[in-house]
Amino acid sequence: MEKFIKLTSTVVPLPIENVDTDQIIPARFLKATDKNGFGDNLFADWRYNKDGSPKADFVLNNSLYSGSILVAGKNFGSGSSREHAAWAIDGYGFKVVVSSFFADIFQNNALNNGVLPVVVSAEFLAEIFTSVNVDAKLTLTIDLENQTVTNNATGKSVTFVINTYKKECLLNGLDDIDYLLSKKDLIEAYEQTII
Amino acid sequence: MNSNTQETPFRGEGGSTLFDKIWDAHVVSTVENGPTQLYIDRHFCHEVTSPQAFNGLRERGLKVFRPELTTLTADHNTPTIHQDQPVQDPISRNQLDTFAKNANDFNMPLFYPLGHIKNGVVHIIGPENGFTHPGATIVCGDSHTSTHGAFGAIAFGIGTSEVEMVLATQCVLQSRAKTMRITFNGKLGTGVNAKDLALYMISKLTTGGATGYFVEYAGEAIRNMSMEERMTVCNLSIEMGARGGLIAPDQTTFDYVNGREFAPKGEEWDRKLAYWKTLKTDEGAKFDKELVFDAADIQPMITYGTNPGMGMGITESIPTLESIDEAGRISYQKSLEYMGFEAGEKLEGKTIDYVFLGSCTNGRIEDFRVFANYVKGKKKAHNVTAWLVPGSWMVEKQIREEGLYDILTEAGFDLRQPGCSACLAMNDDKVPAGKYAVSTSNRNFEGRQGPGARTILAGPLVAAAAAVTGKITDPRN
Ligand code: SF4
Repeated sequence: MEKFIKLTSTVVPLPIENVDTDQIIPARFLKATDKNGFGDNLFADWRYNKDGSPKADFVLNNSLYSGSILVAGKNFGSGSSREHAAWAIDGYGFKVVVSSFFADIFQNNALNNGVLPVVVSAEFLAEIFTSVNVDAKLTLTIDLENQTVTNNATGKSVTFVINTYKKECLLNGLDDIDYLLSKKDLIEAYEQTII
Repeated sequence: MNSNTQETPFRGEGGSTLFDKIWDAHVVSTVENGPTQLYIDRHFCHEVTSPQAFNGLRERGLKVFRPELTTLTADHNTPTIHQDQPVQDPISRNQLDTFAKNANDFNMPLFYPLGHIKNGVVHIIGPENGFTHPGATIVCGDSHTSTHGAFGAIAFGIGTSEVEMVLATQCVLQSRAKTMRITFNGKLGTGVNAKDLALYMISKLTTGGATGYFVEYAGEAIRNMSMEERMTVCNLSIEMGARGGLIAPDQTTFDYVNGREFAPKGEEWDRKLAYWKTLKTDEGAKFDKELVFDAADIQPMITYGTNPGMGMGITESIPTLESIDEAGRISYQKSLEYMGFEAGEKLEGKTIDYVFLGSCTNGRIEDFRVFANYVKGKKKAHNVTAWLVPGSWMVEKQIREEGLYDILTEAGFDLRQPGCSACLAMNDDKVPAGKYAVSTSNRNFEGRQGPGARTILAGPLVAAAAAVTGKITDPRN
């Protein structure tokens, strides 16, 4: 897994609530047997017309907005557990998703792929949407070490919460499997206690 | 299960919840300031969320640690006709072939490919073959793994990275969930079933209302339910964001499990049964959140929007825009626009095009009994395309054995072959754009049943009424 330490980037705003993983990557794209290429179909049904041409009114097709931070409405990533959603977000080039609320499984899946979900208050989220409305070139700075997110238009900075273990994993580019494999003896000892 | 149950740390002063007891019995280690390493008793695996996990094992040069603890079935990306013939779509066929190759390469003994009598939707075949036990930890790369919680198990969906972890180590890393208890007092009315209860609850909590929680369902209405109805309720836990749902095991549970092929037998059964009987929330145990509903308040439910929280009683009207809080109005309007509905509108009497009976929510034998019982002596409406998809081959067999098949065909219906089918429309069972489907599945997201498809979620009885009238119809009339 890639390390994540600090990032300053312009943002892509998606002020929709309850964006579910079926929207992030529709089921018909889940037929692959590897992790590649999902970025091309990120938000496929919102992004493309039936004939494959881009829908002009969808934010990913708006050249005003770009960057590696997606800012989305509350309850992002609900629904299906498909990790393909995280692969699609990562594959498209997003390294951070900012929202006021994330669904559990999505949050785990994102972290397991080096994509950082940043939870901010509803007010801070609304301010980001306002700032990016005023200036599409708004940047945010995400500092994982200090657990802060800064709106560089207003200069306002807030802290975000992340589990210490997951933070270490991201800072060092380590994943859970490495950890679990190092605990094989404990697992075998546990199995002896099963009635 | 861990025999050291006396060492179980009691969380609250008043005692432990059912969730705490099962969780504590599966802790292998705790990462400092981090998640818990949890041992997994049963892992279910399907073709869509596993290939990248097996690839990961190959890349790391690892074997499957406990192959006999993983049950594999092909269900998501499978056709529901001509399953005896090669799968037409080459990409789907490749995924199924890859699944078979992985099962073979990694020496997995419990592999149930298309056509196998034990094949079917993963959350249906688990319980019916006796793989699902009280007190167990159960995972699958599928969010509706919560279904298995009906047996008094900690069952939750995981991502593909975690599938890889389970295959490699039989463990996952998870932070402990908060606990919630939802009690349904009283009895459900006539014509109201488990699906209605669940859709009612989700409409009250919203799709994110239980995020971060494990929910224990309790109360008279839950106790009175069969195992299949309990599975329907637990299945839908994820639709309000819960990590999972569970119900304390009782005689109904034990009777269901007893005698199934992979259930414990003989002396092992006695030993486990004694343990399972201890699996209930201690009186006085504290939950992080408690909610109480009255089952008598629930009527047959339908959804009107594009998430399962947008539900209402079948006789009610769609909420007005003013009743929605401001931050949510854009999403609300977008949702109604997609559905072609107006705020404030009633849906009873509205013409529909498709009916889907099936999925891990309502694809079990009892659902087919409810449906068949309603359509008996009636005829399918001409304007309706009905897809009746048993959840497994065992359900299919039972439909025929019980004579339900004859009732259904006399009423103009046909059966398809088992699989997830139109629940997620990965195969050809797609509802065309703009068409309305009354569906017994679990998600009405945009495009879930096919690009542009408009899904109205409901229970099997409302689906049966819609199938014979061609309209949204209150089955109590
Ligand atoms: S029936 Fe639907 S919800 Fe259930 S496992 Fe299949 S796709 Fe998932």
